[in-house]
Amino acid sequence: MGQIEWAMWANEQALASGLILITGGIVATAGRFTQWYFGAYSIVAGVFVCLLEYPRGKRKKGSTMERWNYYVRAVLHLLLSVPAGFLLATILGTACLAIASGIYLLAAVRGEQWTPIEPKPRERPQIGGTIKQPPSNPPPRPPAEARKKPSEEEAAVAAGGPPGGPQVNPIPVTDEVV
Amino acid sequence: MGNWVVNHWFSVLFLVVWLGLNVFLFVDAFLKYEKADKYYYTRKILGSTLACARASALCLNFNSTLILLPVCRNLLSFLRGTCSFCSRTLRKQLDHNLTFHKLVAYMICLHTAIHIIAHLFNFDCYSRSRQATDGSLASILSSLSHDEKKGGSWLNPIQSRNTTVEYVTFTSIAGLTGVIMTIALILMVTSATEFIRRSYFEVFWYTHHLFIFYILGLGIHGIGGIVRGQTEESMNESHPRKCAESFEMWDDRDSHCRRPKFEGHPPESWKWILAPVILYICERILRFYRSQQKVVITKVVMHPSKVLELQMNKRGFSMEVGQYIFVNCPSISLLEWHPFTLTSAPEEDFFSIHIRAAGDWTENLIRAFEQQYSPIPRIEVDGPFGTASEDVFQYEVAVLVGAGIGVTPFASILKSIWYKFQCADHNLKTKKIYFYWICRETGAFSWFNNLLTSLEQEMEELGKVGFLNYRLFLTGWDSNIVGHAALNFDKATDIVTGLKQKTSFGRPMWDNEFSTIATSHPKSVVGVFLCGPRTLAKSLRKCCHRYSSLDPRKVQFYFNKENF
Repeated sequence: MGQIEWAMWANEQALASGLILITGGIVATAGRFTQWYFGAYSIVAGVFVCLLEYPRGKRKKGSTMERWNYYVRAVLHLLLSVPAGFLLATILGTACLAIASGIYLLAAVRGEQWTPIEPKPRERPQIGGTIKQPPSNPPPRPPAEARKKPSEEEAAVAAGGPPGGPQVNPIPVTDEVV
Repeated sequence: MGNWVVNHWFSVLFLVVWLGLNVFLFVDAFLKYEKADKYYYTRKILGSTLACARASALCLNFNSTLILLPVCRNLLSFLRGTCSFCSRTLRKQLDHNLTFHKLVAYMICLHTAIHIIAHLFNFDCYSRSRQATDGSLASILSSLSHDEKKGGSWLNPIQSRNTTVEYVTFTSIAGLTGVIMTIALILMVTSATEFIRRSYFEVFWYTHHLFIFYILGLGIHGIGGIVRGQTEESMNESHPRKCAESFEMWDDRDSHCRRPKFEGHPPESWKWILAPVILYICERILRFYRSQQKVVITKVVMHPSKVLELQMNKRGFSMEVGQYIFVNCPSISLLEWHPFTLTSAPEEDFFSIHIRAAGDWTENLIRAFEQQYSPIPRIEVDGPFGTASEDVFQYEVAVLVGAGIGVTPFASILKSIWYKFQCADHNLKTKKIYFYWICRETGAFSWFNNLLTSLEQEMEELGKVGFLNYRLFLTGWDSNIVGHAALNFDKATDIVTGLKQKTSFGRPMWDNEFSTIATSHPKSVVGVFLCGPRTLAKSLRKCCHRYSSLDPRKVQFYFNKENF
């Protein structure tokens, strides 16, 4: 089980727990069960957990946040789940959230890191990016060796020479037609 | 729309029947508990939520019966084999077993929610009526005690004023098993989401075995008899319709009515789940037995792009075209079984699989086989199991589309065709095959280069060049490759593969392909088979619908998709 990222499962589990807390809380509040105010708490806690967990992380690639993020989540979920445990309607949410907290703890201990899903940076089509410049070294070209050395020297010495300017033949070419 | 109905009428019918049964069972149980006199007094305390809870319980029993059946692979293979005379549509249904399993699971989740919410209300009602001191009917009913000496005919499970509902939940069998079952169900569902399943299969596989707790819990859930109705004897003596109003006088010596007596409902869940559980146990035993048989590895080939070919032998193994097997390697992982399509033909004296490095297990396996100096790891095999490719030879014209490693089932088919031609088998219904292989990188082609080369030669020798029409598409091309291809345009063989058929670059234009096929075979039934990604399935399905004519005598395209 080398590459399991427990945090992914903890994320799903916590999200499900949030929904269960909300449902249990609504039932308890609507039915005015004894100690129904725990139900009201449960709805609020459930909504908070859902909002926290909804941005699902993606697999470990790209930018990262610190590891203690998972410890924080584990402790937070555990604390949130405790008050809901006092009411039967919400105790299921407590159990599920506690399990999610446990899985987050496991993820934290194993050193995983949280990566939010980043929207893929849309590659703006570069205007004129596909236009390729025409070759700047048209034939007739002197042999490769002659081409290489002078260009290095040119760059060092003739700092003022325009790069795209008129072709300067490194070897003087004489017109043999007289 | 018409084509969709033609292709899917059986699935729709099946689902309608299943939903209809669910609704029927729910309404039937609901009315029974809502109207029956036996539960008159129970309803006085609980109201309609009693009927709600019992109705959803019945649906839960029904769906729990169904949930184990679609995952009995061997049973389904057996049905598929014996139903060879059945129509194609019926057998196609067996391909959708996992979809049905998921639908039943969702229904179980829905009914669990209804059941739990209803019982929460029930417990609250019981608790209130136990606390009530106003001498109402509800409070008197609640005071009927659990004491065996007075007949043990209690109604309210909450016995004393100080008992909380939480206490009752965790000390009664029904409550405790209910909590355990629900937690098991939730864990199974959260670890079975598409994302987790595709990325971390092991988490899904091991967590899903919590179903054992679910089934066990379901079996003993009803033992406590918490749902109480009035006994026959008590109803004859003091019928609720007559006696309910005069409840203050039940204890008077000269009243006609006595205190009602109640009895619990015997558990019935076990009757529903017994048969599927036995079938599933048999299935697992069969899988284990088949896996214990010795597998001899006769040849190991390492192909480029990290693809491993294993040729094996096993006593009593017989396969059909395009089937798949489950493979286990105990030295890598004791309990993991992974599916692979067979790439050999039934006519060969060995069976082979091609494994691509796609995750933990496959990478470890390839690494283990790469070691030249250590002994070959032991392999266990379960199967073969049948899928849609078996149907290829039932169609007059077959269109086979494989994307990347998805070509494996079709490799088996093509090899089988080659052998059939060698044996001059004229019983082949298939008259023409169009084969499309879409691949990202050139190294991938080398696997079946030999196969395609020999097929080319074979076709030429037998003069049946028109039988197999194949086209290869390279989607991961760059300007270098295209440059080479352009330069070598006049050569007889392709520079990428060495085959006579030239490789095309980019993706196929399906509309063109389908319209060509439709015009070449105006009166045939064409089977389209795909092993590849979902987006491709969508476009192919659309084309199938678009190019099938409405007249059933003219060209019809049927779409089949492999999925693992």
